[in-house]
Amino acid sequence: MTTATIDKAAPTRTVKYGSMSRDRAWALRWSYFFLVIFAIFFLTPPIYMFITSLKSSAEISAATNPWWVFHPTLENYTGLLTSNQFLRFFWNSAIVSIFVVTITMLIAVPAAFALSRMRFWGSATLATGVFLTYLIPETLLFIPLFKMFAVVGDWTGVQLINRWYVLLILYPTLTVPFCTWIMIGYFASIPKELDEAAIIDGASWFQTLTRIFIPVALPGLIAATIFAFTVSWAQFLYPLVFTTSTDQLVMPVGIITTLIKGDVFNWGQIMTGALLGAAPPLIIYAFLMDYYIAGLTAGATKG
Amino acid sequence: MADVVLHPDRAATSKTVRKRGGLHNMLKRKSTVAFLMALPLILLIAILVIYPAFYALHLATLNKSMQRFIGLSNFEFLFKRETFWLVVKQSCIFAITAVIFKAVLGFIIAHFVHNIPAKGQRKWRGMLLVPWVIPPAMSTLAWLWLFDPSYSAFNYTLSFFGIGPIPWTGDEMWARFSVILVNIWVGAPFFMIMYLAALKSVPDQLYEAAAIDGANWWQRIWYVTLPMMRNIIAITTLFSLIVTFANFDIVRILTAGGPLDHTHIFATWAFRIGIEGSDIPLGASVSLFMVPILAVAAIFILRDISKRGNEA
Repeated sequence: MTTATIDKAAPTRTVKYGSMSRDRAWALRWSYFFLVIFAIFFLTPPIYMFITSLKSSAEISAATNPWWVFHPTLENYTGLLTSNQFLRFFWNSAIVSIFVVTITMLIAVPAAFALSRMRFWGSATLATGVFLTYLIPETLLFIPLFKMFAVVGDWTGVQLINRWYVLLILYPTLTVPFCTWIMIGYFASIPKELDEAAIIDGASWFQTLTRIFIPVALPGLIAATIFAFTVSWAQFLYPLVFTTSTDQLVMPVGIITTLIKGDVFNWGQIMTGALLGAAPPLIIYAFLMDYYIAGLTAGATKG
Repeated sequence: MADVVLHPDRAATSKTVRKRGGLHNMLKRKSTVAFLMALPLILLIAILVIYPAFYALHLATLNKSMQRFIGLSNFEFLFKRETFWLVVKQSCIFAITAVIFKAVLGFIIAHFVHNIPAKGQRKWRGMLLVPWVIPPAMSTLAWLWLFDPSYSAFNYTLSFFGIGPIPWTGDEMWARFSVILVNIWVGAPFFMIMYLAALKSVPDQLYEAAAIDGANWWQRIWYVTLPMMRNIIAITTLFSLIVTFANFDIVRILTAGGPLDHTHIFATWAFRIGIEGSDIPLGASVSLFMVPILAVAAIFILRDISKRGNEA
């Protein structure tokens, strides 16, 4: 009886599905069409970077078809990768980013643990305050900070301006609030029973953090690490303001201030430098895309 | 008599004992441990964010050599300058136009990505997020080269359609268009990712119910998708408004404020005056003008977050 009704119903349903799937097929075709257009728009600059990086200066100034490489050469790459100055920029960037990631995690993880699990006086306000700090842009703070560090230099004799390590003090203001915020979200999603069990078994708060919270919230930790790294790698304003000597510069500022000499633009080298500067975040993104996206969306969806 | 003498003594000893015990207990207490764990964060925020913010207020009231208090003279001076009003206008045009286009474009692209089979979504999403991943300073260099006055690859392509060389960064209107275009290029993928995450969280049953009720494509978006995504749209837009309004990298590298200060926004102009022109108080006053709009956006975001906190 039941099979009969299903059989009867089946033909009409397939017909209906047929028309719907035809609609869907068209919707799909249009989707792909527009996605291709958007992909072209989004990928043109990086691809053009790559094309230009393979050209010699002679070919660039010959004003041939800019979208094609007629005589591919690696001279820009070898030129930059053997230049001590450029390697210095890369080294500075790497050191600064690695230190900033470490500092950020050492500050953010315990703070997030304290704010999400161990209430203390004003902890709720502080959690909101952390988020609010994340909303304060660096463009608002760079002038007072510049003056502050100059004054500190005058008072104590500790010269911070125009030293690469000043960035280790500055970058955490950009990375710590957001990392703390997303770690609070991840820690809050861990069931209370888990740490209660640990406490009953005699674990200290520190052990609860290192043995339970960090392993369980590892995806969040990776997302926060990626965020901290990409932010410190990409930061442009602070190094532009605080460092000027060529041996103290990081990648983005170094490429812009040293490769552009007056009105002479050596575009082949500039594009190669820009591509090499974009490479570390892109490589991390290529391998850890899901964590990267989790970190991006966590700020708004986990709150 | 002896009693009286003894009493304070005993009281004192018992007090110290209690005090030591109290200190010991306090160190062991949960809230103290928690406070100590959060202390580096509190110090960082207090010294490097809150203090400079108020220090900027103080700086804005000093004269150029920072010797003398001059009250609001810096602001009076700014209000009299034509460039200042140009910067205000351009900052608003820049932020509002860019955010609207980013939001709309992100919404459209998110829909297209959501439409295609789940298997291919990852690949497309990965490709479309690339502009957000590249450091903006680096990608703006590529745009600068694409906009080059004499070798512009865009002008080369457009010349085949008989459109003729466009002064991308040379003309005032085109330069405004260019900085907004680059900003949209950098920011639209972020909106796309946020909206895509929101789209995935809309239960399919709602669309099925709408389809049964005979809702067409537009009605489904208007009555199902948008209300379900309202929170994310609001928070992403407000957040992007803050970031775009406070933008520095793109304008600085692409036009450096030119031609004739027509593309300066608050951040780049503050840099020009405060760091390059070494008039720190005036630069601080300029950057302070970002505060009102940031505060408004922040209040809305906070309201939204606390609302969701109450729901949870």
